Amino acid sequence: MTEDIISSGRANHLIDPVLEVWEWHIPSYLFLGGLAAGILFFAGLTWLRKKEAMHPTSVKIAPLIVPLLLVLGLFFLFLDLKHKLYFWRLYTTIKLGAPMSWGAWVLMAVTPLSFIWAALHIKEVFPDWDWKFDLLKRAEQWLSQYKTWMAWAMVVLAVVLGVYTGILFSAFNGRPLWNTSILGPLFLVSGMSGGAAVIVLMSRSKEERHYFAKVDLLLIAIELVLIVHMFMGFLASTQTQIDAAQLFLGGEYTAPFWIFVVIMGLILPALFELMEMRNKKIPWMVAPVLVLFGGIMLRFIIAYAGQVSQWKL
Amino acid sequence: MRYAMAIDTLKCVGCSDCVVACQTENNVPIGYSRDWIREIMTGVYPDLHLEIRSERCNHCDNSPCVRSCPTGASHYEEGGIVKVTKNKCIGCSACIVSCPYNARYIHPEGYVDKCTFCDHRVKNGNKPACVAVCPTKCMYFGDLDNPDSEISRMLNSRQHKTLIPEAGTTPRVYFLF
Repeated sequence: MTEDIISSGRANHLIDPVLEVWEWHIPSYLFLGGLAAGILFFAGLTWLRKKEAMHPTSVKIAPLIVPLLLVLGLFFLFLDLKHKLYFWRLYTTIKLGAPMSWGAWVLMAVTPLSFIWAALHIKEVFPDWDWKFDLLKRAEQWLSQYKTWMAWAMVVLAVVLGVYTGILFSAFNGRPLWNTSILGPLFLVSGMSGGAAVIVLMSRSKEERHYFAKVDLLLIAIELVLIVHMFMGFLASTQTQIDAAQLFLGGEYTAPFWIFVVIMGLILPALFELMEMRNKKIPWMVAPVLVLFGGIMLRFIIAYAGQVSQWKL
Repeated sequence: MRYAMAIDTLKCVGCSDCVVACQTENNVPIGYSRDWIREIMTGVYPDLHLEIRSERCNHCDNSPCVRSCPTGASHYEEGGIVKVTKNKCIGCSACIVSCPYNARYIHPEGYVDKCTFCDHRVKNGNKPACVAVCPTKCMYFGDLDNPDSEISRMLNSRQHKTLIPEAGTTPRVYFLF
């Protein structure tokens, strides 16, 4: 029997009994950032494959919401900071060892890029859009020559952004549950799956919807494999990581993780997508909405469960 | 130069003088503390074992907090002391979640705060407030690189451990037992 008493001093509500410094801001931002990365990735990729006539939503329509997603995400990040007036310090430093540092720089590149890409396509949705100033009109013309370059940058930066949303957690060896590098690819694939879901939701062409539903199915399969690998890695590791995995294998986060993330967020949408492909009558919106729900839950559950997981003193 | 601290768990009675001394010396806001006492009781009555530890930041050689800080606010000072530069800290909490010892907290003014090994006293040749005030004299502070320092000799002659060395942090607060 062991009894552990912290008898003096640490009357710090943020640390004892369980350290919980991150609330809804960080997981919400990670979801929005991952979603933005997914949409930009498919926009760039479809453009580079010259399929924009077949899949117009992925290139022209879905990217219009990316600037909104990123700005909202950045706003949440800003809300999370406790020493807000010093936020600019992020941009006086480059530290490759700190994911938050290079993540901030990647956002600095992705956000303007997403604005430019959206501006170049805004007339698709608002045909009467007028830039009013000659300078802006000329800028639009000039920038549209470089769309292929931008598409390359979007594909590469989107992957970096997507991986970053997961690596952000992996880099903290103080929380054993987060301390697995598989979170990088897992969050990347989850973000891409969310991006595909948004395209399906926004598309008016049945062909495009079917195509991205297929892509999504593949991504869901990869996600499931990564989740299995995550648990294999934990269970074959040290006692600390075995204990961390127990949070999802009988511990307090078991039900939310398996029900909301795995069943509702991955298995059900995959089944619906499969049934739709076999031309069963399924409302086509159900699968993508579930995918987005699963993406949000994955990030919230990993964020909260990770903060509960501790090293044993 | 490599500063380190050792605490004799056989002599510590858990009086919390170190905690109060630190709060006074460093003007720690009410309700917060940079060091704390941990009492770990194992066994079943009447066969019991009690270990009392005065804990604080371990000023690790391989500090996850310094690594994960996006602005360089968390940094190493001379002698390996890990400190936070207030006006570089953005309060993102990355260092707090990266620390296996939960040694950091957010100061009510927004920046992250923690034990400094009282470097303002150490620079003047004094000992940290917690060490100086300990009534059982169970705490030792000094330079590990100097083989004749009290702490080096203590660590050479006594059994000791560090906390969670398996986290790969190379902590520099030792516990004698």
